[in-house]
Amino acid sequence: MTRIGVVTFPGSLDDRDAQRAVRLAGGEPVALWHGDWDLYGVDAVVLPGGFSYGDYLRCGAIARFAPVMQTVIEAATHGLPVLGICNGFQILCESHLLPGALTRNAHLLFRNRDQRLTVENVDTAWTSAYRPGQQIVVPVKNGEGCYVAAPDVLDRLEGEGRVVFRYADGNPNGSARDIAGITNERGNVVGLMPHPEHAVEDLTGPSTDGLAFFTSVLGALTSA
Amino acid sequence: MIDTVQHAGQDPDRPQPYAELGLKSEEYHRIRDILGRRPTSSELAMYSVMWSEHCSYKSSKVHLRQFGDLPRSEVLLVGIGENAGVVDVGQGYAVTFKIESHNHPSYVEPYQGAATGVGGIVRDILTMGARPIAVMDPLRFGPADAPDTQRVLPGVVAGIGGYGNCLGLPNIGGEVVFDDGYLGNPLVNALCVGVMRHDDIRLARATGRGNLVVLFGARTGGDGIGGVSVLASETFEAGGPAKRPSVQVGDPFTEKVLIECCLEIFAADLVVGIQDLGGAGLSCATTELASAGSGGMHVWLDRVPLRDPSLAPEEILMSESQERMCAVVAPADVDSFLAVCGKWDITATVIGEVTETGRLTIDWHGERIVDVPPRTVAHEGPVYERPYERPLDLDDLRADDPARLPRPSSGEELRALLLRMVGSPNLCDKTWVTEQYDRYVQGNTVLAQPEDAGVLRIDEATGLGVAVATDGNGRFTCLDPYAGAQLALAEACRNVAATGARPLAVTNCLNFGSPEDPAVMWQFAEAVRGLADGCRTLGLPVTGGNVSFYNQTGDTAINPTPIIGVLGVIDDVWRRTPMASIPDAQLVLLGETREEFGGSEWAWAEHHHLGGRPPAVDLDAERALCAVLVAARERGLVTAAHDVSDGGLAQTLVESCLRGEVGASVTLPGDPFVALFAESAGRAVVTVTADRLPDLLGLCAAHGVPASALGVATAAPTFEVVGQFAVPLAELRTAWTATLPALFGGG
Repeated sequence: MTRIGVVTFPGSLDDRDAQRAVRLAGGEPVALWHGDWDLYGVDAVVLPGGFSYGDYLRCGAIARFAPVMQTVIEAATHGLPVLGICNGFQILCESHLLPGALTRNAHLLFRNRDQRLTVENVDTAWTSAYRPGQQIVVPVKNGEGCYVAAPDVLDRLEGEGRVVFRYADGNPNGSARDIAGITNERGNVVGLMPHPEHAVEDLTGPSTDGLAFFTSVLGALTSA
Repeated sequence: MIDTVQHAGQDPDRPQPYAELGLKSEEYHRIRDILGRRPTSSELAMYSVMWSEHCSYKSSKVHLRQFGDLPRSEVLLVGIGENAGVVDVGQGYAVTFKIESHNHPSYVEPYQGAATGVGGIVRDILTMGARPIAVMDPLRFGPADAPDTQRVLPGVVAGIGGYGNCLGLPNIGGEVVFDDGYLGNPLVNALCVGVMRHDDIRLARATGRGNLVVLFGARTGGDGIGGVSVLASETFEAGGPAKRPSVQVGDPFTEKVLIECCLEIFAADLVVGIQDLGGAGLSCATTELASAGSGGMHVWLDRVPLRDPSLAPEEILMSESQERMCAVVAPADVDSFLAVCGKWDITATVIGEVTETGRLTIDWHGERIVDVPPRTVAHEGPVYERPYERPLDLDDLRADDPARLPRPSSGEELRALLLRMVGSPNLCDKTWVTEQYDRYVQGNTVLAQPEDAGVLRIDEATGLGVAVATDGNGRFTCLDPYAGAQLALAEACRNVAATGARPLAVTNCLNFGSPEDPAVMWQFAEAVRGLADGCRTLGLPVTGGNVSFYNQTGDTAINPTPIIGVLGVIDDVWRRTPMASIPDAQLVLLGETREEFGGSEWAWAEHHHLGGRPPAVDLDAERALCAVLVAARERGLVTAAHDVSDGGLAQTLVESCLRGEVGASVTLPGDPFVALFAESAGRAVVTVTADRLPDLLGLCAAHGVPASALGVATAAPTFEVVGQFAVPLAELRTAWTATLPALFGGG
């Protein structure tokens, strides 16, 4: 069975949720520990939501230096699929695996709502199970989710089709160009602020639209 | 110079600042009698915080005994007296839940006050051995448009979110109520729910001679010194000194790590007893552990890790620094215990040991600064039979019946009234508040606000779940405290039952004015009596709770506000009943509507009127209604349910419509104003498909619950009262959602 690692940092909150999502998608979740250099041979890694190390200093700024991240960064440059959700996205930006940064929401309030997104790139390791232009509903919940980057970086992201998700029906945090999630050049690393792991069951989520993140990567890994 | 036991003997008549520490003269002399000498300054500090109203329940104890005297309940695994009660919910699971106040700190410093209120109740739940799984926050503020509410509300909401979100606890419900009486004394209550297996229950006691006392978590600082005695147990004086130094400062990250660390320690079975450090800090933890255990403990206070090395021993004993726990650990397990703490980067220090001396002794650099019988500090504090007297103005208040108030007299006026009511601060959409809370984390939230109750899944394989609701109505309780407490209990039960869960147990947070005022004490005594009688009638145990007195500014007390939390169990969360209507379903009103407007939202919002009698309470009818709601869910008869309470049937129907984005066309019997806005208790609206309607009516008849067909839910987005008026849902939604953003901003 395909094994997907979920990293727990001190202050990670959605790690068990991400593990559940992996399981529901048919994968085997593997708990990874921030202080460990080893990835135990997992086939992909999820950096879950939360407040790693309290998000003191800057969101993700300390987690980026965790031992496990050195291994993740190295493996990602060699093509390991990595998904960063919320705090995980912030860590990926701090790690320079993805460009730009996440700053305080424009309205300065934490916001939790069911958010409509447009899937704009279905060629990444984590989005191949979606249709181009598909609208999905996934919860968003953050206080520092306002995506910013220099204009030329934004232009390049757009030009290279690396904007993976865009907010539809209203931008919940003031992100530049309504960007909700992006990918790297290779398409193996994806980061987004909304929480697909909270949209995997009809019982607890606003939809099951998030499940396709995990079936995407499982499909890519099985066929590879 | 450090004041030691030896000094106390040598210098017996030294004047001591007991009054400044909140002790009365007779209390101080009782301490002297207990010890046979004057207390040392450290002992005085400990007694002063532990004998505060907040910790000792000295004014409320004689009344609260009624809860303990309720018939023994089979579901109660741990009752009143521990950090939180524990309830058997079946399949080997135990659920613990409790509600507490953090009112005064939240007025002084809204963000930190509210944040540490969440932190404190979460540690209480954790201490029982449970994983905390959700929080809820019943809140009361002054008028929504008052300048001070603009200061207090955003800070309180941000503090609850800032702390709870960072702990990874979904916030699944609560209340936001505005009323003049809470200006200058907001109520910030916090409820936490936790779950564990039966075998995992932990208790706060220090047993086993030679076992070690380990303090772990955050270092001790100078924050919150005297929080319980200075803040929680005194009335605010207008123009008095700022009390900010008595408010604690929270660090949710440390608490999150502490939770995971404790759960790992519990799983490895490494503790004999455990206690959190909340109000009264180390004074409370050491005396309570010792008092409930084999009776003796020795502490080396100078070993306590400090944030501020200049702290005096008295300050260390009184500090309410957050995110600290105290465990009793067998010597053989200490290394394993410290290793788990090390894994989570938690500071842990052996500060003492369990003895069999029957005394709590504390040394500071080799000198004895405390030598007391711990029970006299923790469990045998003063008990007062405060005088109480029915308020002199109560008869006038009750005689001022809202029947005299002008009412709408046409369909057009009813329509305008409905739009004003749904947009009034107490009835409007609370999304501005609840969007600041994470309701998804942990992935087990089945229902959350604005649903009637929060519903959580606790077992993924079987679908076992729990439902929790909190309710309280200060206006009803003001008009009749006995009935008001029962109305709150009934409403919370109804809200739990509306989701299809069976009410199982009760917790409470009793927010009142000064117990030194006989009128307030009468309100308190009546409310407790009402609640105890209500629980007896409904067959529900009280698992614990909290009393918050001195909620007043100057001579003006708040409306008495008992907040009642009810826990229910549901065997299959996949079959819970949501509140949103679906098109073409039949709308059926369960229960009886009477012309009851005393203390109603209509009287208050439209006329600023509070008088008359609250709605009549019929607990047998409430129990029958709950039985119908639960049975209807089990038999799959209803597609939605929503209770009728504040704002009456009109509010219930509008909320159900907006939740599902479906219209409704209803025909109301009798006076349409009474039908729409009266607040008679014991009612709920359910939706049922036409083919199941006869079964539902049969079920209601079998339980003696009146049921009347109101009309249908419609795909057409209009709310229509036939023969009176119609309003497009879009217009209702605009009126309902605009209020809080207009008052509190945010994009």
